[in-house]
Amino acid sequence: MVQFTTDDGVVKAVDGLTYDLHPGEVLGIVGESGSGKSVSTMSILGLIPQPPGKIVSGTALFKGQDLLKMKDKDLRRVRGNEMAMIFQDPMTSLNPVLKVGDQIGEAIEIHHPDEKHKVVREKVLRLMRLVGIPNPETRIDQYPHEFSGGMRQRAMIAMAMANEPAVLIADEPTTALDVTIQAQVLEVLKKAKEETNAATILITHDLGLVAEMADRVIVMYAGKIVEMGDVFTIFSAPRHPYTVGLMNSLPRLTVDEDWLRPIPGQPPSLITPPPGCAFHPRCFLSQGRAACREQVPELRPVEGANHVSACHFADELVGEASKLVGSGAGDR
Amino acid sequence: MTEPNPTLDRALEQTPGHPTAPVVGGEEVIGGGDRMILADTADSLVYEHGLEIKARSQWAYARRRFIRHRLAMVSLVIVTFIFLVGAFAPHIAPYRYDQIDLNNILHPPTTQGHHYFGTDSIGRDYFSRVIYGIRTSETVGLFVAFLSTAIGLVVGAIAGYYGGWIDNLLMRITDLVLTLPALAILLTASALLGGGDKWRISLILVFFFWTTVARIARGQFLSLREKEYVEAAKAAGSGDTRIMFRHIIPNMMGPIVVTGTLAVASAILVEAALAFLGLGIKPPTPALGALVVEGQTNPQAWWLTVFPGLTLLIIVLCVNFVGDGLRDALDPQQRVRA
Repeated sequence: MVQFTTDDGVVKAVDGLTYDLHPGEVLGIVGESGSGKSVSTMSILGLIPQPPGKIVSGTALFKGQDLLKMKDKDLRRVRGNEMAMIFQDPMTSLNPVLKVGDQIGEAIEIHHPDEKHKVVREKVLRLMRLVGIPNPETRIDQYPHEFSGGMRQRAMIAMAMANEPAVLIADEPTTALDVTIQAQVLEVLKKAKEETNAATILITHDLGLVAEMADRVIVMYAGKIVEMGDVFTIFSAPRHPYTVGLMNSLPRLTVDEDWLRPIPGQPPSLITPPPGCAFHPRCFLSQGRAACREQVPELRPVEGANHVSACHFADELVGEASKLVGSGAGDR
Repeated sequence: MTEPNPTLDRALEQTPGHPTAPVVGGEEVIGGGDRMILADTADSLVYEHGLEIKARSQWAYARRRFIRHRLAMVSLVIVTFIFLVGAFAPHIAPYRYDQIDLNNILHPPTTQGHHYFGTDSIGRDYFSRVIYGIRTSETVGLFVAFLSTAIGLVVGAIAGYYGGWIDNLLMRITDLVLTLPALAILLTASALLGGGDKWRISLILVFFFWTTVARIARGQFLSLREKEYVEAAKAAGSGDTRIMFRHIIPNMMGPIVVTGTLAVASAILVEAALAFLGLGIKPPTPALGALVVEGQTNPQAWWLTVFPGLTLLIIVLCVNFVGDGLRDALDPQQRVRA
């Protein structure tokens, strides 16, 4: 559980998030802004400032060690080395006064301080070629403002891959980019994953991205997991009304529609979340039933292996879901 | 996902890197490191050589802006010249600064015997005295500026980066030093420690000067530590010291350089003021302020006050102009005037 103490009260950003991650797989974490998806991964890496934030409880086991209990000194050895993070906005994630080559090489320099400068430079050039930055010999000495947005994100990916991490966390890697560049960056991400056989956590609110890249999906809402399963099942047979709502809200390319179908209402306050199921005020399935208003639903397995949903009435969605999602799912 | 799009495909074929992309007119057209060539139809767009955009670092932009600031450039040349004269004093001064010639006292400026600035009341060549005076003043100015900036940076960095109680503690100490009455302390210190040595005076000045830098540095750190590239560096495993010195400080050099430059002028002036109060560097070591004071005892010998005073004026003015020019050049908000 991760919470933030603010003047208005204690914000429970993440409350009850449990998942496993296997090498080579891509885990997509989907959710609205404020669902806790970024906070959860940042707290694993210890990047949440501990006032005002606080990791109240939980464990994050990585190669047998609990990251949440590690001292900062030891965590620093993991960061950028065995676990790497790619941030959302490549414009601001690169230091404007340092050369790009130096920044990509920084991860190498930090974790392998004895490497000779020439060796590091060679590695950086190789990484730049890997992510598809043209003219790496010239570009390596250039500054971030001389790079385009897509190239900057590639540089960020190169930075993340520098030490061949076991886990790659991509936090909204394409949100700040336009669509054509998004496609290119995705290709680079896929390549990065293949090269290093890293497990990738892909945080996004873009369902298309998840459909394209993820093997498994976690849907988060108000700091909790509401549904988890493999990507095909989640998209073709979602078993949580929030997931169904998400699928429905996607505009469809093949059908002529007058209106979009958003999920009504607003995400709940994380200081005073609604009692019972956090989603119930906006839920089409709930219909004001007592269970939804009073009991917090547990994550229970629904049909199929490894498919869980946190809804009291998940079973009512069988068949219902495929009707609602219908032709939409086939478009991808 | 979509139907085949012939226009899109054709455009793709034309982009550089694609095996069938044409090279227009055999020329390699450069624009910022990428080739920008579109379809070679009659009304196509091709970037000519004239639009070659050479990329520059931020320092290069600042340098360009500075050079355009003519007052600053002229001042820089003057100051550099004067400081070089001071630095090479032993080679330039025709006499030693303490060489007494009682046959030649209070001689007005003349070309005879290279006494361009005349002689003083005990026959010492004033030109040499002024030159050595420049040397002393510039040593004090540069030393004080350098050391106080270094100390101020470290204090401000630690306070601004870590925040919390460290910030509080350091800032309260800074405030304390700031509230001390500088003049009174200088008087006392000079009297007690026997001020006279230029290094002692410099250290005392450093004690008062570092606080300004610390304040500025702390403010910069407070804002820059929230930047995303700092977070990215942390995510890559960077330690605090590395972030402070490699990432944040290079991003705040603007205000620091300006403050440091202006501190040089301030330090020289304060030292001169101290000399005026009789607390400056003791004779026979010449310093510009002390020379002006000496000159006051013989008001008819105008050269005794005018030359060191004028030199002092020029140095301080020029350093201030250079500081102004730097401030304009390094201020990212400023647009380059075409």
